[in-house]
Amino acid sequence: MTVLETKGLTAAYGQFRALFGVDITLAAGETVAIIGANGAGKSTLLRSVTGVLRNAPEMVLHKGDAIGALPAEVVMQRGIAMVPEGRKLFPSLSVEENLLIGGQVRRAAGPWNLSAIYDLFPILREKRDVPGTALSGGQQQMVAIGRALMSNPEVLLCDEISLGLAPVVIRDIYAAMPQIKASGAAIIVVEQDIGRALSVADRVYCMMEGRITLTAPAATISREAIHTAYFGEPA
Amino acid sequence: MIWIDTIVQGILLGGLYALFAAGLSLVFGIMRLVNLAHGDMIIFAAFAILLITSTLGLNPFLAALIAAPVMFGLGWALQRFVLNRVLGKDILPPLLVTFGLSVALQNGLLEAFSADSQRIPAGPLESASVNLGFVTVGWMPLLTFATAIAVIVALNQIFYRTALGRAFRATSDDPVTASLMGIAPKGIFAIATGLAMVVVTIAALYLGMRANFDPSIGPARLIYAFEAVIIGGLGSLWGTLAGGIIIGVAQTMGAAINPEWQILSGHIAFLIVLLVRPRGLFPRAVD
Repeated sequence: MTVLETKGLTAAYGQFRALFGVDITLAAGETVAIIGANGAGKSTLLRSVTGVLRNAPEMVLHKGDAIGALPAEVVMQRGIAMVPEGRKLFPSLSVEENLLIGGQVRRAAGPWNLSAIYDLFPILREKRDVPGTALSGGQQQMVAIGRALMSNPEVLLCDEISLGLAPVVIRDIYAAMPQIKASGAAIIVVEQDIGRALSVADRVYCMMEGRITLTAPAATISREAIHTAYFGEPA
Repeated sequence: MIWIDTIVQGILLGGLYALFAAGLSLVFGIMRLVNLAHGDMIIFAAFAILLITSTLGLNPFLAALIAAPVMFGLGWALQRFVLNRVLGKDILPPLLVTFGLSVALQNGLLEAFSADSQRIPAGPLESASVNLGFVTVGWMPLLTFATAIAVIVALNQIFYRTALGRAFRATSDDPVTASLMGIAPKGIFAIATGLAMVVVTIAALYLGMRANFDPSIGPARLIYAFEAVIIGGLGSLWGTLAGGIIIGVAQTMGAAINPEWQILSGHIAFLIVLLVRPRGLFPRAVD
């Protein structure tokens, strides 16, 4: 069953067009990676899906319902949660409050609650009372992921979760991915780190200059094909 | 001895100024909206309380209890249908709209209640006093001050102990990310303005029982409120109380030297604080 779909999605910032007719699908329980160079349109795609950027209604479908024109809070209440690029923790809230606010408006039945998040990332239990922004980058990323999980989302969108983090920290964070997948959420991972993306994804979309240039199962995709999809055909 | 008395009276007066300022501080803290009609809203609420006491023959405190939910609704609707439309990156449109609202409120009140000076009758409470040993203070100033502290404690409890307060703080930090949490920032803003109008009603109750008011005096209350908020540091409620007390003490001390100096010395105290601590006494760490 398809939970999320974009159809001919276009997006623009003023005169600058960032997406030119993007079609992606996400099946229930599936993990999809979207890879591509800087400026390929990956983050714009997620901003459009979450409703931070508004589009024509039929351009984004959630279980067949047109949601492209809905505001972000309504999209979230439908079960589409976002781990935003740059973490975006609330500086005025403690670690625990940052987690709680993720499940404050929508809390579906499911495996995720405070203690499950603390089991997933034990360091957060120790730091629960400090301000979210007093943590290291990797710990902040854990809070951002936990905050999105607190609503027990149907679809989890992760925007550049390895950006700016040390490799050892990225490894720790990705170590949690199998558990998150096992909890049943369909996941879209936007990444520049191709190796990480392929390691967790069932399927991969490659983006270049606002278009999807390649889609393939993660297990069979070749380095050459990715290279071509990233940078275009060799002259 | 006279100086101790003067300082105590000033501190208690500061409670009234803190009440004027708390609603302004709340709205500014959450949505960076400077409400130039805040003083006129206090006067509006004072007339509403007066109307309820005179038509229903109720005691002013009960009248305020009736006025408070009405004011909440008006504040909610004002934010929802007017101010939310002009909030954005540009700070000028909300200033213009609230300035226009201030003019409209003054003239509307003038039309409805005339320019006559009014007072909310508070019975024997108006002149009752209590001897604290070293100084004698009026019940009314004492009650005002206690109410200011109660309001600030209550607002802080809401801010730091409730889910609503969490949403207030998150929306104030970053409205876009708050919307990704399922929170509608504009709905939060409407609740915040409604809550500010409840505080305005409380301020109006004490303003109206303690002093004469007429439709034109709103802007002067706004100035005191502004000064208290800025002395305290934008967004800090306890700082706002401190700001109110500084203005109150400066005014009573100025008046003790020469009655003509009362208002002026409050403003001078404000300027001195601004010179020494441009960001106020208790500025927020993140802004």
